[in-house]
Amino acid sequence: MPSSAEITRADVAHLARLARLSLTEAELDHFGEQLGGILAAVSRIGDLDTADVPPTSHALAITNVVREDVLRPGLTQDEALAAAPAAEEGRFRVPRILEEEA
Amino acid sequence: MTDRGAAVLSAGSDLTRLTAAETAAAVAAGEISAVETTRAHLDRIAAVDERVHAFLHVDENGALSAARAVDARREAGEAMGPLAGVPLALKDVIATRGVPTTCGSRILEGWTPPYDATVVSRLRAAGVVVLGKTNMDEFAMGSSTEHSAFGPTHNPWDLDRIPGGSGGGSAAAVAAFEAPIAVGTDTGGSIRQPAAVTGTVGVKPTYGGVSRYGLVALASSLDQAGPCARTVLDAALLHETIAGHDPLDSTSIDAPTPSVVQAARAADVTGMRIGVVRQFAGEGYQPGVLQRFGEAVSVLEELGASVVEVDCPHFDYALPAYYLILPSEVSSNLARFDAMRYGLRVGDDGSRSAEEVMAATRAAGFGAEAKRRIMLGTYALSSGYYEAYYGQAQKVRTLVVRDFDAAFEQVDVLVSPTTPTTAFRIGERVDDPLAMYLADLCTIPSNLAGNASMSLPCGLSPDDGLPVGLQIIAPPLADDRLYRVGGALEEALRDRWGHLLIEEAPPL
Repeated sequence: MPSSAEITRADVAHLARLARLSLTEAELDHFGEQLGGILAAVSRIGDLDTADVPPTSHALAITNVVREDVLRPGLTQDEALAAAPAAEEGRFRVPRILEEEA
Repeated sequence: MTDRGAAVLSAGSDLTRLTAAETAAAVAAGEISAVETTRAHLDRIAAVDERVHAFLHVDENGALSAARAVDARREAGEAMGPLAGVPLALKDVIATRGVPTTCGSRILEGWTPPYDATVVSRLRAAGVVVLGKTNMDEFAMGSSTEHSAFGPTHNPWDLDRIPGGSGGGSAAAVAAFEAPIAVGTDTGGSIRQPAAVTGTVGVKPTYGGVSRYGLVALASSLDQAGPCARTVLDAALLHETIAGHDPLDSTSIDAPTPSVVQAARAADVTGMRIGVVRQFAGEGYQPGVLQRFGEAVSVLEELGASVVEVDCPHFDYALPAYYLILPSEVSSNLARFDAMRYGLRVGDDGSRSAEEVMAATRAAGFGAEAKRRIMLGTYALSSGYYEAYYGQAQKVRTLVVRDFDAAFEQVDVLVSPTTPTTAFRIGERVDDPLAMYLADLCTIPSNLAGNASMSLPCGLSPDDGLPVGLQIIAPPLADDRLYRVGGALEEALRDRWGHLLIEEAPPL
């Protein structure tokens, strides 16, 4: 367990970037303090010796759920696009993804 | 337990005071129509919901048309299910075709799903009348419903207090007699904790017992839909209606649903072994909560159960483990809200990139708690911290499961208070995440292990006169034990009090 649960302003900005959240200056300060507090509290789990304990990622031990590969009704194109913020020619219209050439 | 059915009906009866079982019996007998009970509940909503704010959307036309269909089926002599014609409220995390589904978030404001969740399809097929969608903490993150983007829900027992969360809207709707039953979802206590603080019954079925198809995911390894009601029998009837294997949910259990209705009617704890969790008492627990809980345990003993104290040492670590596992899953699940295919999009002025639009939209569309947990999860999963946080939390999850396994070798069910305190005041914990998280202290272990648990009312706390919940926990796939114990306790307490606890709620 990392000894320090301190979250710097730069850490919060980095996390926000990874999580695609454009935070205000005030949010960066406020969340930094709160995340540090939460991490300090949950770090208690590091006190337990778990060297021989396997992880549990899911409550049910189900693997390889399969079904017949048959056609069944799905959404129509109109239904799929009905809630889109923007659509064009039967497709989702999105902002530019690639940076423009300099 | 008796179905009082038609016996309680007399001219001028307030149809909103009936249980779901009584309503269904009266509809089936032709004493009232589904339209009449639906209209009565819509009127009740119109009269009180401005103060309670349990509903985000009331689907008056949809409800009345579903009720008319039930009446037509009855008149045609069709056989109908045990909840046909009964009005119900749905937590707004459940996709409902043609009805707005917001999850209490601005990012989904105005979204209308093009399909029904399996839970909704089953309710419709059973002739249950969906009244509307209930308020919740945004994306089910919270214990007070204050994190809803559309304003808090108020506890019908005291409008200045929280109704619990995240499913405070569903619990408050049931407690305020706006609906006899409701569906909630429980990821860390979101059905049980609201039930406890509103004096109602709430059940988290075994993980995989009820389909998650069409539920907006919070934490996929923990989420489970279940019933909210005013009686144990009503919860059982709803449980059986929505449960069962669903090929559309790969984590749905392919096994018969335990006979929970039969267990609720049997309501017999003779010879059962009941374990009191030693870890869920002491510092941080309101004295009045512990007093009522202790008295209820004595009642179970008088009813013929044997009671022992059981040690679950790793439950002390369940809350911190949960607050690493849950945010990690949240940060992944909520990544789907990317402003591209549905939901909110802001800042798309032609000059911004997709990434910039995404970041601006998520900043505008998510509230503070959602942002906190997304970042916490991103941190716990990031390289360098993964093993110490998410990895270690998963190992602690194993230790919690082992505590349950050992406990269920000694006893048939475990009991504890559902939540350490009664309903706190609106505003009291809203910007103090750690204080808010403590509300789920006793409910979280069940989600980590995927077993079944129930909260039911066990009295009013003598220190503040507010409802106290008792939690029952049963092994996976033994949901019927919850109803057997809950039914017996409810009946004994009702005999003692002369009525259900909810009858003591002040008039709105």
